[in-house]
Amino acid sequence: MKKLVVIGAGMATGRALEHLFETEPGAWDVTLFNAEPRGNYNRIMLSPVLSGEKTYEEIVTHDADWYEAHGVTCRFGEKVASVDRDRKVVIAENGDEVAYDKLLFGTGSNPFIIPLPGHDLDGVIAYRDLEDTYRMMETAGTPGAKAVVIGGGLLGLEAAAGLRMRGMEVCVVHLMGHLMDRQLDEAAGYLLRKALTDRGIEIRCSTNSKQILGENGKVRALELDDGTEIPCDLLVMAVGIRPNVKLAQECGLAVGRAIHVDDQMVTSDPDVLAVGECVEHNGAIFGLVAPLYDQAKVVAKTLTGEHDSFVQREVSTKLKVTGCDLFSAGDFADGEGREDIVFRDPARGVYKRIVIEDNKVVGAVMYGDTSDGNWFFGLIKDGTDIADMRENLIFGPAFQGGTPLDPLAAVAALPRDAEICGCNGVCKGQIEDAIAAGATDLGGIRATTKASASCGTCTGLVEQVLAVTLGDDFVMPASQSICACTDMTHEDVRRMIKSQKLTSMAAVFQECGWKTSCGCHVCRPALNFYLLADWPLEYQDDPQSRFINERKHANIQKDGTFSVVPRMWGGITTPQELRAIADAAEKYSVPTVKVTGGQRIDLLGVKGEDLPSIWYDLNQAGMVSGYAYSKGLRTVKTCVGTDHCRFGTQDSTGLGIKLEKTLHGSWTPHKLKLAVSGCPRNCAEATCKDIGVVCVDSGYQISIGGAAGMDVRETTLLAQVATEEEAIDLIKAVTQCYREHAKYLDRIYKWMDKVGLDWIQDQVVNDLESRQAHVYRFELSQSIYRKDPWAEHAKKPEKYQPLADLTLEAAE
Amino acid sequence: MTDWIDIAALEDVPQRGARVVKTRFGCLAVFRTAEDEVYAIENSCPHKKGPLAEGIVHGKFVTCPLHNWVISLETGLVQGADEGEVITCPARVEDGRILLDSTFLTERAVA
Ligand code: SRM
Ligand SMILES: Cc1cc2nc3c(=O)[nH]c(=O)nc-3n(C[C@H](O)[C@H](O)[C@H](O)COP(=O)(O)OP(=O)(O)OC[C@H]3O[C@@H](n4cnc5c(N)ncnc54)[C@H](O)[C@@H]3O)c2cc1C
Ligand code: SF4
Ligand code: FES
Repeated sequence: MKKLVVIGAGMATGRALEHLFETEPGAWDVTLFNAEPRGNYNRIMLSPVLSGEKTYEEIVTHDADWYEAHGVTCRFGEKVASVDRDRKVVIAENGDEVAYDKLLFGTGSNPFIIPLPGHDLDGVIAYRDLEDTYRMMETAGTPGAKAVVIGGGLLGLEAAAGLRMRGMEVCVVHLMGHLMDRQLDEAAGYLLRKALTDRGIEIRCSTNSKQILGENGKVRALELDDGTEIPCDLLVMAVGIRPNVKLAQECGLAVGRAIHVDDQMVTSDPDVLAVGECVEHNGAIFGLVAPLYDQAKVVAKTLTGEHDSFVQREVSTKLKVTGCDLFSAGDFADGEGREDIVFRDPARGVYKRIVIEDNKVVGAVMYGDTSDGNWFFGLIKDGTDIADMRENLIFGPAFQGGTPLDPLAAVAALPRDAEICGCNGVCKGQIEDAIAAGATDLGGIRATTKASASCGTCTGLVEQVLAVTLGDDFVMPASQSICACTDMTHEDVRRMIKSQKLTSMAAVFQECGWKTSCGCHVCRPALNFYLLADWPLEYQDDPQSRFINERKHANIQKDGTFSVVPRMWGGITTPQELRAIADAAEKYSVPTVKVTGGQRIDLLGVKGEDLPSIWYDLNQAGMVSGYAYSKGLRTVKTCVGTDHCRFGTQDSTGLGIKLEKTLHGSWTPHKLKLAVSGCPRNCAEATCKDIGVVCVDSGYQISIGGAAGMDVRETTLLAQVATEEEAIDLIKAVTQCYREHAKYLDRIYKWMDKVGLDWIQDQVVNDLESRQAHVYRFELSQSIYRKDPWAEHAKKPEKYQPLADLTLEAAE
Repeated sequence: MTDWIDIAALEDVPQRGARVVKTRFGCLAVFRTAEDEVYAIENSCPHKKGPLAEGIVHGKFVTCPLHNWVISLETGLVQGADEGEVITCPARVEDGRILLDSTFLTERAVA
């Protein structure tokens, strides 16, 4: 009999032995070593064991009877210590030598442990084998025990879900911006996160760990980069695996990232073969079982002398967490020559994206409804030409050859008691009755039934009911959508962001049914503003969704240089400041120094790479960014007021400075300019600003909605107040109201034309409580945004330098 | 055979962002998409030489910061009604490093 020694009783070798005994029963004398104190089991089912949905006994794949029937000598709980290839023997840990004709490596992988300080504390584990699983189950049994999982990939999430099902408080810490970033795009990652959060699992993305804290040698908490401590009794690291190649390396086999094998699964030694996660084939390594099973088939054939070749195939991923249906396969990056078909059903939490290239499906990601996943996976693997089914492709196999679903027909078929508006519990019949009673447009339906008047998600449905009921009498409103990525208007999207508490761009894309995967240059800057204005604490500003000026905190010029405008609070400066500006202008060879129309000085023509240093120099002299580039507070112009002018009634300069200091840094739908004049002679031109203050003997006249650009408009009086304090509060409140409601790129006058001055007065003038609430929300936002971006950016000057300079790279 | 020059780490370029590489024939803009693909194109818009590295990146496109022309990172072609093209340079990522095609750079010198 031929002697075969197998190192590792894992998923790959288990399958290989099955094939071997099927083809050549009784031909082999097999010795099976396994470091784990047990035989082959279905490792991927450890997750159901952890969650309590299965027991260990149910996932054993080969039992004692099977080994005996096939004459396998089991050496479980024994590690192979070394291999002597010259003498063709393996040496066990206890010194035993076992001779082989053929040797099969199936040593799998080792979990990767990030060498954070504290990683060796008791209670810090990986997730790879039954011991880890039992350890988790045991800790979960202690009442009140908490767990942290580092890694938001497949393994980490299965661990987290299992621990949560056992009643533990669980927090997942993930380095990247969205969960399962290797398999999912942001949209699917968002839905997954929502589902896990709904189960009570805390998820922290874009989060880096600093160290693991312990007490008496036991883990106590994880400390994050920002200093936050997350208490835990168990810390599971699930951040990836490394092929287990130590033994192969020591015995001199060719090893790269893993053990090199050819198409027949033979290593650099013709008598040594390898399968599973420990192999490298054509530069690729493996982490899912499907390719390992293909390898197992091939290795068995090679052993029996038949010819077969291992071919790498597409793999697909699913997550084994009950209730989280996701599927991902192929390459789903978008781009030129590639067509993206996106389907979103916000109400059911469904997202599907198919990527097509040359009439073939090359990738698919789906969440919520994955029933067609395997069909798409088949299309990818087979490279099927889909030209003929393109139209209905996204609806899956059921719709191929059938008629496309007409949404109107679907609405017509709904019974009268079908609910249309979930927020207000309005059903189709009520809307039909309202139409019969004379409400013939969306506004009418909203006024009479309240349908679509709250969160707005059902607006489309209500319009369809109108269309079905009224027939040709109803003209679908052709409202202006933000851009080609969506059918929704700015107003609809803003309403959704507030009512559905959408705090990330991915959430907006999903819940508002975006047609592209990552938006465009039109919608992204608008959404970035809406999100940061409505959710200042929750949303993280996204520089990549801002126009260059706001990303680099300087105005780009037509030749690619920049202009730099420091603040001069209220137009007041000092000899020191002027000197520093003069020095900077000389030091950085600024070609033009200009007094602007906004009472300050502009340095024009600064080179991009000099920005951080000129900012640093100006910062040293006490000056900060003037935000001359922003959709945000620009200038507060003032006149000299009571300080010097014989007509001045109040300290207009002082008030201007106070306003500029309190409003600076705030982002607004469009730019925001203020002015304060000391008397009705109005030398600061306050009545053509977005917000103007004219001081009078009895107090302050605050007016809004002026402009002097493409449109020239005079302001309208908002209110007159008696004290400076009241003036500041009212201005903060009206600014906040504008931030919360206006469409991106509408100046105050445009917004005022839409909502009416009366409405604005209702919000911030007449109702004092509402005014204070606006002030409070403004201050909350300013607690984050009232800052000098120059100081921050001057600390990271590398970003402004070229990535590399190849000008010296020789051309042969 | 292609000779690749190691330029920088992938992390040095922000996702949906770009950085500039100086060459003897002018600047290249090296882009990184949301999906971590890397593209290098001439950093000068066919319209009025706008610095493309400063544009907004969406999908595999960049919008010029000066007047919003949209340019394909893959082909260098201007999209939509406008017309024009920028030069593209082969680029790829390996082990977290960005590599540019050096033959491309030398051939350009000859041309
Ligand atoms: C520098 C300055 C001209 C000057 O030399 O005085 C200026 C320069 C620019 N203005 Fe202005 N505006 C300047 C005062 C004004 C004023 C006067 C004022 O603020 O009292 C107005 C009219 C008042 C108003 O805004 O209603 C003004 C109305 C505009 C407009 C038209 C806005 C509108 O809603 O109609 C634009 C275009 C825009 O914003 O879309 C604009 C845009 C621009 C831009 C940012 C064009 C651009 O996008 O590149 C210019 C930037 C040049 C640069 O690189 O620095 N600028 N601009 C002034 C800077 C003031 C400051 O210190 O911050
Ligand atoms: C919790 C969990 C869930 C998973 N879920 C999925 C999934 O849903 N889908 C999927 O496709 N994949 C999944 N995987 C991955 C899958 O389990 C692995 O790809 C697969 O088990 C690898 O098989 P293998 O035979 O290469 O290695 P293993 O199954 O790891 O077997 C290797 C064996 O070799 C032993 N060994 C190592 N060195 C020695 C030595 N010197 N001497 C003796 N014995 C040694 C080890 O003890 C181990 O038992 C999951 C993995 C885990 C941990
Ligand atoms: S008026 Fe026109 S040209 Fe002059 S600074 Fe303003 S935007 Fe530029
Ligand atoms: S320079 Fe690029 S669009 Fe004008």
